[in-house]
Amino acid sequence: MSAVTAATSSPASAAGKSGLVRLGAAFVSRLVIIVPYLWLLFFFLVPFIIVFKISLSQTAIAMPPYTPVLDFRSGISGFISEFGALNFDNYTWLTQDALYFNAYVTSVIVAAISTVLTLLVGYPIAYGMARAPATIRPTLLMLVILPFWTSFLIRVYAWIGILKPEGLLNQLLLATGIISQPLIILNTYTAIFIGIVYSYLPFMVLPLYSSLEKMDHTLIEAAKDLGCPPTSAFWKITFPLSLPGVIAGCLLVFIPAVGEFVIPDLLGGSQTLMIGRTLWNEFFANRDWPVSSAVAVILLLLLIVPIMLFQRAQARAQEQDQ
Amino acid sequence: MTRKALWLSATSAFLAVFTLGAHAEDRVVNVFNWSDYIDSSIIDDFTKETGIKVVYDTFDSNEILETKLLAGGSGYDVVVPSGNFLARQIQAGVFQKLDKSKLPNISNMWDTVMERTAKYDRGNEYSINYMWGTVGIGYNIKKVQAALGTDKIDSWDVFFNPESLAKLKDCGVYVLDSPADIIPAALKYLGLDPNSTSPDEIAKAEETLLKVRPYIRKFHSSEYINALANGDICLAVGWSGDVFQARNRADEAKQGVEIGYSVPKEGAQMWFDQMAIPADAPHVAEAHEFLNYMMKPEVIAKSSNYVLYANGNKASQQFIDKAILEDPAIYPDAATLQKLYTVSPYDPKTQRIITRTWTKIVTGQ
Repeated sequence: MSAVTAATSSPASAAGKSGLVRLGAAFVSRLVIIVPYLWLLFFFLVPFIIVFKISLSQTAIAMPPYTPVLDFRSGISGFISEFGALNFDNYTWLTQDALYFNAYVTSVIVAAISTVLTLLVGYPIAYGMARAPATIRPTLLMLVILPFWTSFLIRVYAWIGILKPEGLLNQLLLATGIISQPLIILNTYTAIFIGIVYSYLPFMVLPLYSSLEKMDHTLIEAAKDLGCPPTSAFWKITFPLSLPGVIAGCLLVFIPAVGEFVIPDLLGGSQTLMIGRTLWNEFFANRDWPVSSAVAVILLLLLIVPIMLFQRAQARAQEQDQ
Repeated sequence: MTRKALWLSATSAFLAVFTLGAHAEDRVVNVFNWSDYIDSSIIDDFTKETGIKVVYDTFDSNEILETKLLAGGSGYDVVVPSGNFLARQIQAGVFQKLDKSKLPNISNMWDTVMERTAKYDRGNEYSINYMWGTVGIGYNIKKVQAALGTDKIDSWDVFFNPESLAKLKDCGVYVLDSPADIIPAALKYLGLDPNSTSPDEIAKAEETLLKVRPYIRKFHSSEYINALANGDICLAVGWSGDVFQARNRADEAKQGVEIGYSVPKEGAQMWFDQMAIPADAPHVAEAHEFLNYMMKPEVIAKSSNYVLYANGNKASQQFIDKAILEDPAIYPDAATLQKLYTVSPYDPKTQRIITRTWTKIVTGQ
């Protein structure tokens, strides 16, 4: 925060500049701030309003398959009557069948477990990278990003080949005599966790790495000099300082994992009931765009509200620190 | 490459895209068909013969196709939905009536098939049959022999009877993730009307399926092809042509996997994939030319020889490989044909019951 104030106050102190230039600079900085807001408006708010509107409609056998379709040609009165036909029936419907609630809960639990596992795997990797000699760090960073060069779908498919009963993993374990019966991993929750941890690992490692790399290593040396054992030095200094990275990484993994559809579909069993699948069913099998939109809106609220509350708490904690 | 060269190539690529767009008067037809569902030489031959370029895209589920069509402006000129989906899409106003005067080859079509497709498309005004087939049982002959003591499957009993399916649990059972194919089969097995929309009867089908649920490894509509071919599973309830593809892949792999396919004696569902032209198709004339070309006997026969499905073109049968034409699993004999049933589209209310029932069967919730 203090860095930003310093940056904005410096042009004002440059006495020789004319007011016009200052005005221009202010305009440019406004413009720069507006861009992300426009982005949010067009790629988040507008689509969200469309989805929200559909969630208040009713299904119909037509193109598009819901009614009423708002039509600007029908004039103000037509517009008002079309608005009058919207209602919250689809949201009431969601509360009448435990299916939706269960699907939300399962998704959140699967995403939470996956996030913790990704953190456990990702932290040592990021730590190792940040402590590696500066010359090889770019190479290590490259290695983390490299899997993105292959299609996500192909990488998930590859896991089928590894995890299936006659797959690479089982053959290896059988050959070495560690197991005598092939392990059934594919089509279970274990396979989903493996798939999510594997796919989202870079999203965890990168923010962790960037916060660990910035850390001042002399703090650890100071702790050592003062007789602090390495483990408690880690928990008292390194981990708290990497907390912003931990939070960013967890959010980057947790949020997409809740709505994940591909990984449970390919690696999971039929019994896995996640919200992505429920959305698919409503949208494609039932052709009920209004109910599926309602499911999506609720999902968004479930995700956004806790995140906003969390961010508020964070901001307040930071203010108190200063 | 220097930075300048990079810039140049980027600019020329950009220009190329624009010039391609400028040649819009080049004749084009945009086709959207199922994956692995055509001998690709047919497309090349069509372009050679007519000068019309084919942009060929594929999908793997009716639901995906339907959603694109209902959203409108898909840009496709020829699409291939299955019969019961087609019926509902016609009702929604997705398609345009075919101009039969531009389709002289329609005289080659097979009346036996057209009579049945008229159930979805009255008077066959909107669509032409591409391929048809059955929903039956594909199995690994050796593994089933070892588990059940017989290598001949001829009844739904092997699947719907929990005692029998329990014996196959360990070697693996896959089922289509498609309620419109499996619930009617369960109704038929119970001696009920496969087209039933009665919630009580659907509940009976659910009960039957829940009893065998513990022995099913996965519900999926395409993975079973590879799983059967690799010998990963021993039984799959699936579409005829997919099972034959699995059989061919297994033969090619020479790992000793033998695949059989059975049309159960109680009766099996017959399905039809129909070629149709969306109402907002940008190239209507080219689409008609494409449909007419696909109704040439030797062309559609080539496709059947490749995808191993029966087609609705009577005149093409002289060009179809004997092994395919005489295989009763592909071209059923008259007696079997009698027992095959078709399934009508569900109304929205029944569709919801069917989907909910299916979710309960598949996930247990």
